[in-house]
Amino acid sequence: MSARAEGRTERSEADVIRIEDLVRVYQMGEVEVRALDGVSLSIAPGEFVAVMGPSGSGKSTFMNIVGCLDRPTSGHYFLDGTDVSGLNRDQRAEIRNGKIGFVFQAFNLLARTSALENVELPLIYASQGYRASDRAAKAKRCLEVVGLAGREDHMPSQLSGGQQQRVAIARALINDPKLMLADEPTGNLDTRTSEEVMAVFQELNERGKTVVVITHEQDISEYAKRVVVFRDGKLVEDRPVSGRRTAVVKR
Amino acid sequence: MLKFLTILKVGMKAIARNKLRSTLTALGIIIGVGCVIAMVAVGGGAQAAVQEQISSLGTNFLMIFPGAATQSGARIFTGQSSITDDDVAAVRAEAPSVAYVSPMSRSSAQVVYGNLNWGTSIQGVGVDWPFIRSWNVDRGSFFDETEVRSSAKVVVLGNTVATSLFGDQSPVGQMVRIKNFPFKVIGVLESKGGSTMGQDQDDTVIAPYTTVMKLLKRSAKIDMFMASAVSRDAVDRAQAEIDALLRQRHRLTPEQDADFMIRSQQEIAQTADQTSKQMSALLAAIASISLLVGGIGIMNIMLVSVTERTREIGIRMAIGAKGRDILTQFLIEALTLSIAGGAIGIALGIATSRFLAWKQQWPIVLAPAAVLLAFGFSAAIGIFFGFYPARKASRLDPIEALRYE
Repeated sequence: MSARAEGRTERSEADVIRIEDLVRVYQMGEVEVRALDGVSLSIAPGEFVAVMGPSGSGKSTFMNIVGCLDRPTSGHYFLDGTDVSGLNRDQRAEIRNGKIGFVFQAFNLLARTSALENVELPLIYASQGYRASDRAAKAKRCLEVVGLAGREDHMPSQLSGGQQQRVAIARALINDPKLMLADEPTGNLDTRTSEEVMAVFQELNERGKTVVVITHEQDISEYAKRVVVFRDGKLVEDRPVSGRRTAVVKR
Repeated sequence: MLKFLTILKVGMKAIARNKLRSTLTALGIIIGVGCVIAMVAVGGGAQAAVQEQISSLGTNFLMIFPGAATQSGARIFTGQSSITDDDVAAVRAEAPSVAYVSPMSRSSAQVVYGNLNWGTSIQGVGVDWPFIRSWNVDRGSFFDETEVRSSAKVVVLGNTVATSLFGDQSPVGQMVRIKNFPFKVIGVLESKGGSTMGQDQDDTVIAPYTTVMKLLKRSAKIDMFMASAVSRDAVDRAQAEIDALLRQRHRLTPEQDADFMIRSQQEIAQTADQTSKQMSALLAAIASISLLVGGIGIMNIMLVSVTERTREIGIRMAIGAKGRDILTQFLIEALTLSIAGGAIGIALGIATSRFLAWKQQWPIVLAPAAVLLAFGFSAAIGIFFGFYPARKASRLDPIEALRYE
């Protein structure tokens, strides 16, 4: 890393996410599509941010880059003080494993695999390696956090949508990530279970986790503390949530 | 290491989750390895049987043919046979490493007894012949020197001929007719069974060579002669002595090609051995093809599996699996299928060859090296045919894979 890049590293140390002039261009045959067109954004530790925008606005591309699944065409992305925009596949996999907790719209649990084993999954790929007994103990604790104690041996097919999503949250939590990144986490859920899931996020946020939720639903964004809105690859709005909702935990 | 063990477990679980498919996939390897083991065992058994028969023929005898060997190995007959009765007598008298000598004159004819007849080969030999071939008379006796000198019309029957013409009756003392000459049966040879080339060695009639030459062939020359060395180690020496003696008697300078050819039993054994080795190799090659087909089966299933589990791969990658973690997992799956298939195949192959040995009375030789090789080969197939699908899986783009339905 160059001296200049290291300098930046120090400057952005305080932020969990610091994005500078991020551009992502897709080549669709002859046509260039600028999915992200110069986005700059900082997210401090402990924030709860909802990312909104209509489809095609670039919020999925934003989420892929922030989640280290993709790389920007130009610009810089500092995650937890480190510039990750130039990392290769394996390095990004390590970042995803250790610093980011993913929650997806479709839950993305492994079928025919117990809740406990699903939660353990990221530990298998952790570079330090865990013993099976340590993995199970950690996974059990994470399931307790999301209110699923006693459901360790249930298969995803035996759990409701809301419960499956909470298993996914437990999985995202297991490596104690700097950033929880949720992509439409309530997209497959009804209103009541949506609230249940958002309650978990709010609770985690209360405990100090930085949470970024991508959503297109207005009421879901109201559980966050801050809303950023994308349109045509640009960040067009960045405001605090007024009249924040608090999800009622029904356990 | 800990991580590898965990991924190993993940791979095993994936196999256990799809029992029927895993079994069918492994079946290709099971059959392949089983075939290789059984075929190699059968081939090895045949080889051992050939070797045993060759040694039963007598290991230390030489055959001396008239006519020179050309460079291409073909024999040229220059009119009359170049080996005479006197040559044979000289070898017997003057070659110290030679124990026994027998001239040979061969013919074939119908042997008639009563209203039965049997077409067979008539071998005219000398009195030393039983010692050279280590082939003894079972009943009756062999002819002696006097009978040879007087061209006596006596025969010793091979077991097959005796049984065919006389059944349970004792042939000794009976009269048979060969080319209308009456011959007295004086003995029956002990049974030797099939020869290297699959002929029935007992299907023969032995007579004094003088009789065969005079009555049956009407020729004054012998076809060839056999000699045996005093011991197994003396074969080369005996060959050299015979060579020198015949060259001297035929007045050949060292530069001239010999007008005779000496072949040792060892050379014949080598040829036969080579033939049976080629046979085994052929069998193994055919069996290997089924192993190859099994390997392609594994590749096919692994490719299907990678496509089917694209989303799973995407999830694993999203939560931090590296390309090589995915590669390892799928390689382990392929390897486990092929190694398990290999192990079962070995058991099946051994069972099959045991069954053949018991049911068909085939000689079977199970070489541990072949078993190990087949096992190693099945593991190699797992790696070879598992690698491409595994690499395909490891190179998936996590974003695309997560979107896959």
